[in-house]
Amino acid sequence: MEKNIAYIALFAALIAALGLVPKITLAFGVPITAQSLGIMLCGTILGARRGGLAVLLFLLLVAIGLPLLSGGRGGLGVFVSASAGFLLAWPLAAFVTGLIVEKWRSGSLALVAGIASVIGCIIVMYMFGIIGMAIVLDKTLLQATGFITAFIPGDIIKAVIAGLLTAAVAKARPASVLSRPAQNHAG
Amino acid sequence: MISLTSPVETRAHSWSAGLKLGVLCLSTLVLFSIDSLIIQSAFLLIILILYALPGPVFMRYGLSKLSILWPFILVVLVWHLWILELLQGCAIIIRMISAVALANLVTMTTKLTDMIDVVRFLTQPLQRFGLNPRILELSIALVIRMTPVLLNKGECLGMAWRARSTRRSGWRIILPFTLIALDDADHVAEALRARGGLTSSHPETRS
Repeated sequence: MEKNIAYIALFAALIAALGLVPKITLAFGVPITAQSLGIMLCGTILGARRGGLAVLLFLLLVAIGLPLLSGGRGGLGVFVSASAGFLLAWPLAAFVTGLIVEKWRSGSLALVAGIASVIGCIIVMYMFGIIGMAIVLDKTLLQATGFITAFIPGDIIKAVIAGLLTAAVAKARPASVLSRPAQNHAG
Repeated sequence: MISLTSPVETRAHSWSAGLKLGVLCLSTLVLFSIDSLIIQSAFLLIILILYALPGPVFMRYGLSKLSILWPFILVVLVWHLWILELLQGCAIIIRMISAVALANLVTMTTKLTDMIDVVRFLTQPLQRFGLNPRILELSIALVIRMTPVLLNKGECLGMAWRARSTRRSGWRIILPFTLIALDDADHVAEALRARGGLTSSHPETRS
């Protein structure tokens, strides 16, 4: 129990800390932040349940008024802005990512974690994000999709990094990769 | 850690947090069910008056928090200029600003402790499903305590990188940073166990 609570809380803190890593601007001018990399790592390292709970805890702290999102954002306002769908999808994205890593035991962890991040933190997250944006901006799903496609390459880069980081963590701290309790030595 | 609650004390600071959140939910629902530009504008005007009432410091602070909306405002404006439906675009923009400004107003006038009380109240029914409220409160406290600690260690990592390289560290320091977080988590878990551990209503979840 204590280990679960400590890991969930520390990963919520890790997401917050990654929000302060300076933005990197891609070649075509779109900025990417490291915060969603934290969501991916919650799923790939903590697994579905703990990863989802860590992200839920992080969002709870944002909702009660702590400026933990990248750029010092926070409070209730972010949950009704045009990007609210993405935020609300974060726990589910981490859960799906973790579930895939937990269930897909064959193959290299880097590859599995990378693919799980693409499915959970890009496909699932963008589905909800696009629906949220379409509601707030009163646009069709297709139009809302058009507004955010520029961010997909950045997120694919982050999914690759999440895969590599998860495999590296499994080598350095095998007991800490809770998504692979019995097989965490297989990097 | 600094919360987004305004340091300028207003009358609304003493109002019930639950009541403010209830009014916010209702107002947001009403906002999204109205299409009229005139009513939307009137709503925004009322919110701006609410921002202005506590004084210029409060208003400046509150309006600065709306700057996150600029990219969306720009996208909607350009799009509606392109399709020649500027009035509809203005209604969407005004509604979005009103919704975010109103939600921020509740955040700015509600203390962190009052918000935590609301969370405790809302999660009471979950006790039946095994959620121990003490564990939730401890988790909140741990994140608030550990975020600055992790940030400080991250800054040290960044400085160590800069001392050895002229290139940007980029994502390379995220691995040692994650390892630091994992090690800290192990230390925190040990410290919690050393202090008697956590009691759970679901003993089978113990690890």
